[in-house]
Amino acid sequence: MTISKLVLIELWKRKSQLISGLLAITLGIAVIVAIQSVSVVSEQNVARNLDNLGANILVLPQGASIDDYYTSDIDAPTLPMDYVERILTSTISGVDNMSPKLTRRVKVGEQSVVLTGILPKSEIASKPLWQSSGLTGIEIKAACAPGQTANQSHGMEDEKLKRKAIDTLNSNDCIAGSQVAKRLNLSAKKPISILGKEFNVVKILPETGTVDDDRIFANLKDVQRLLGIENQVSAIEIMGCCNAISDGLLSKLRNILPDTRVTTIGQIVSTQIETNQLMKKVTLVMLIIIFFVGGISIGNFIWANVNERKREIGILRMMGAERRTIYKMFLLKALILGIAGGILGFLLGTLAGVILGPYLAGIIVEPVYIYLLWSILLSVAISLAGSLVPTYLAAKFDPHSNLQED
Amino acid sequence: MILQGENIVKQYQHDRGIINALDHVSFTVNNGDFVTVTGPSGSGKSTLLLSLFGLIRLTSGNIIFEGHRIDNISDRKLTDIRKKSVGYILQSFALIPYLTTLQNVMVPLMLEKISGKEQVKRAAEILDYIGLSDRMEHLPRELSAGQQQRVAIARSIVHKPRLIMADEPTGNLDPALSLEILEFLKKINQENKITIIMVTHSPVAAGYGTMKLHLNEGKIVIGNS
Ligand SMILES: Nc1ncnc2c1ncn2[C@@H]1O[C@H](COP(=O)(O)OP(=O)(O)O)[C@@H](O)[C@H]1O
Ligand SMILES: [Mg+2]
Repeated sequence: MTISKLVLIELWKRKSQLISGLLAITLGIAVIVAIQSVSVVSEQNVARNLDNLGANILVLPQGASIDDYYTSDIDAPTLPMDYVERILTSTISGVDNMSPKLTRRVKVGEQSVVLTGILPKSEIASKPLWQSSGLTGIEIKAACAPGQTANQSHGMEDEKLKRKAIDTLNSNDCIAGSQVAKRLNLSAKKPISILGKEFNVVKILPETGTVDDDRIFANLKDVQRLLGIENQVSAIEIMGCCNAISDGLLSKLRNILPDTRVTTIGQIVSTQIETNQLMKKVTLVMLIIIFFVGGISIGNFIWANVNERKREIGILRMMGAERRTIYKMFLLKALILGIAGGILGFLLGTLAGVILGPYLAGIIVEPVYIYLLWSILLSVAISLAGSLVPTYLAAKFDPHSNLQED
Repeated sequence: MILQGENIVKQYQHDRGIINALDHVSFTVNNGDFVTVTGPSGSGKSTLLLSLFGLIRLTSGNIIFEGHRIDNISDRKLTDIRKKSVGYILQSFALIPYLTTLQNVMVPLMLEKISGKEQVKRAAEILDYIGLSDRMEHLPRELSAGQQQRVAIARSIVHKPRLIMADEPTGNLDPALSLEILEFLKKINQENKITIIMVTHSPVAAGYGTMKLHLNEGKIVIGNS
């Protein structure tokens, strides 16, 4: 037998106590891991999505939230499709391109997917799609003076990801993002039933790392009909000429489109960046709270354990165990608890992120394995810090004072 | 001569003044002695036993163990002496509750960092000697009081100490079991030449002594020096 083995035996024999000891630290780590897993994806996505979006103005219904760009169009209120017409027939200049779309969360089989209806170029002289989809088109790009904030770059432009106009997307055809295709086991030319209607998957999009990966695109008219929301759209993406934007394009649009929210991508970006910065602050605050709450909780647990084992500490010291040995006993226990808390917290947090990410932020969250290392390090640090004082006190006990007969 | 005490004084500070738990106690223990320490409750017996190897620090006086003074040496050295040369038996057995009989007996060997194999071998040997080889995998709570005290005795001798300190080892046992334990101690004392210092207030137990100390109010009333 060794001290380490003694510690393991003690842990094992009293394993039911572990749950209470580990609860605070595990939950704390889980929350941080969940927030981080979601926001790391979200952060990358913001920049990537917006830099490659191709549009720089969004027309949204009045009630839509722009706090989070990803959910801004999903299940949001709608605005009339006529508005596209209205813009086209107005005297407003500087609108180079328009893409109305309708987005809803629907069930395909057991799975929840995001369905977006779009208009192909043949139906309106504009619509986004993707270069590599094989359906050739011309890149949509607004002529912008340099330094214009309306479509400021975040260094994530990627020629391959740039949305390009699509020429055709027939009724009954659909295009699937790479993630959703994987999830639903879709392949090109195989039919899929959405809300009781058969669609031909004409193309699986290559992975782009943007929200498009998790969406199924179909003809806007089909989607409207299927959802029973005819002549309504959830957003109109507009490619506006930047000079026109500085000349008051936004307010001109607002004038002819009542009950809408006309905003530049730039504004959405800054809102999103604010959200992400807030998340970072929340994480930092959480970290501090967890350090104290987790540390105190583990410290408390170890202190209770020390008290319960006073006689044992006394007899060990009597038999010639050094203070060091007592330190080793309890700090080793704290170390094991820390490792366990870190692993459990990582698993729980990752699971929460993966499950809740799509619902809360509309994004696919993948486990970030490096967080396992950080979780363990953080948890061990908290656990050891919290256990120092009780362990110090345990080693300082007078051996005999715990052994006196009553 | 294995152990000698000279003018040992231990005072406790109390609200109502100073208590002289040990008041100029002197004695000599020879190798192989079976010493019994008797006296009324509160006379300082436990204090004496605990102070001999530094578990309680003296107010004044000298303690000489195997020719060396040990009252003024560091805690670390005293810990080392206890680990290698002394075995303790207490009234309450003080077994570690989550360890099996075998593991409990292995603890002193573990503290001496003896290899695992050797630990098992020696602990099993001692348990055999003490008649508990069929209880090796039991936890303390699965044993009777008498069996628990035998495990404690096994634990106190497994590392071949030169001295055993026993504080009322039969205090929690009925007379029949007490006799059994006392016979064991006698056997250990005679067969292994281990010196025993045993505190007791039972006259029967005191009868086992080859050297007798009697304390009253911290003073030696009967004894040698
Ligand atoms: N830790 C202590 N603090 C104060 N007084 C103590 C302490 N330990 C023992 N005493 C006192 O010292 C005296 C001797 O105690 P003890 O050695 O336990 O007696 P015994 O073992 O003979 O019953 C008693 O009066 C007791 O109250
Ligand atoms: Mg006593």
